[in-house]
Amino acid sequence: MKLITAIVKPYRLDEVKTALQEIGVHGLTATEASGYGRQRGHTEVYRGAEYQVDLVPKVRIEVVVDDADADPVIDAIVRAARTGKIGDGKVWALPVETVVRVRTGERGPDAL
Amino acid sequence: MSFAAQGIDTGDTAWLLAATALVLLMTPGLALFYGGMVRTKSVLNMLMMSFVSIALVTVVWLAAGYSLAFGDDTFGGLIGDLKHAGMSGLGPDSVHGTVPTLLFATFQLTFAIITAALISGAIADRAKFGAWLVFVPVWALLVYVPVAHWVWGPGGWVLDTLGALDFAGGLPVEITSGASGLALALVLGPRLGFKKDAMRPHNLPMVILGAGLLWFGWFGFNAGSALGANGLAAAAFLNTLAAGCTGLLGWLFVEQKRDGHPTTLGAASGAVAGLVAITPSCGSVSLLGALVVGLAAGVVCSYAVGWKFKLNYDDSLDVVGVHLVGGVIGTLLIGVFAVKEMTGGTEGLLYGGGLAQLGKQLVAVVAVGAYAFLVTYGLGKLIDKVLGFRADEEHEHTGLDLTVHAETAYDHGVLGHGAPVGASSVPSAQKVKTQA
Repeated sequence: MKLITAIVKPYRLDEVKTALQEIGVHGLTATEASGYGRQRGHTEVYRGAEYQVDLVPKVRIEVVVDDADADPVIDAIVRAARTGKIGDGKVWALPVETVVRVRTGERGPDAL
Repeated sequence: MSFAAQGIDTGDTAWLLAATALVLLMTPGLALFYGGMVRTKSVLNMLMMSFVSIALVTVVWLAAGYSLAFGDDTFGGLIGDLKHAGMSGLGPDSVHGTVPTLLFATFQLTFAIITAALISGAIADRAKFGAWLVFVPVWALLVYVPVAHWVWGPGGWVLDTLGALDFAGGLPVEITSGASGLALALVLGPRLGFKKDAMRPHNLPMVILGAGLLWFGWFGFNAGSALGANGLAAAAFLNTLAAGCTGLLGWLFVEQKRDGHPTTLGAASGAVAGLVAITPSCGSVSLLGALVVGLAAGVVCSYAVGWKFKLNYDDSLDVVGVHLVGGVIGTLLIGVFAVKEMTGGTEGLLYGGGLAQLGKQLVAVVAVGAYAFLVTYGLGKLIDKVLGFRADEEHEHTGLDLTVHAETAYDHGVLGHGAPVGASSVPSAQKVKTQA
């Protein structure tokens, strides 16, 4: 199993959700996040005083999937989140040892 | 009771009752205006500094302030007497012009309240609340009351001897609050992180709401200063609207040219700057004058708010840049744009009156500004020595809302539907008590 984490632009969340539903992924976790990569931050001006804001609002999406589904899921997220402009985000995958469904106690791929 | 026989005009009285309520509303409006501009951690403290000023100034005004400001002159135009201390000798039948004296005194009280509250913007985020509670009443008696007497009191030297004009309080309200704000900002020193940390306004919609309420109340401030439901009130009302608009546009124009964006905070600030500047002049200048006064204030004040970064004083919310500078612009421009249709005789430079009136306005500005600055600086230093005026460093870091008031404005750090983590139906204070 793999944990796929994606950091994307907040307004792409709905597209990513739709794309994942279309390939049969039924659950995800989304968290508000902030950070910066090559995009760096932005400048805000209050009464003429400029403030450099380094951290940009992002959404962090997490999905756990079976090994075989990892690549299609990553591709779907990248397709849905891409705008072609700087700051589109990153996607990465990590191995997952165990998953337990809290309600039933099922373990492993059955719990997904 | 026969009002007519005693010279009370019911129309004038009705208007002044409404105007008094409008001016009182300006202080909660100011609280929102200021509250939105500070950081989340001290918004309640900012609101409280304005709100508590209503209570503090009212008490000292009724006790002695009104009498010293508007009682009979005692020292060559410098201060009134104590004949009406505790409002003694004044009842429902007492008359000031065509309105009840008690109403006139209350109308003037609302001016004193907002002037004291205005100063708090200069020391946002870092003043001890206890020190503020001492400062406000003493400041009202030592600074506001004498200046109000100089300008409006019977025999006051600014209007009666010098002949300077100030319709609705450029000198007692705007210039004293601005100069006093500068003095206190110097006494307290800059906020921790000044010029290093981004101290962004935490709620700009609140700033706009506050500015809107200020603008609404300002019609009572300026048009009410005619002390009657008459043509002069109407002219002052229109001038007030006009100058607020050109102030707003002037500030936005500068922002667009200088920073590339017209901002919400700029619009609110520009409107207030225009309203500040038209306060002294609304009853003296033509409509053209009002448009220019507002525009000048919007443009100049938008640059003046940057002075604090260059000169290294931390006037947190720009009391100097908006109220002192705006007040000086409006008070001086009376000497340029005064028309005899409004003043009943005096004309400004533009209308053939020469430089004389401008000179008088300048003397008044310098005298009032210097007096307010020096007395406030001395009072601030004294309070700092005895009580400490600056909040503890830890309190300032944590935020005064929590450390002083044991409250926070917003429910942060929550998961799902705004419920605090681990919250039950039992209030936490009650739980703590049970556990203890």
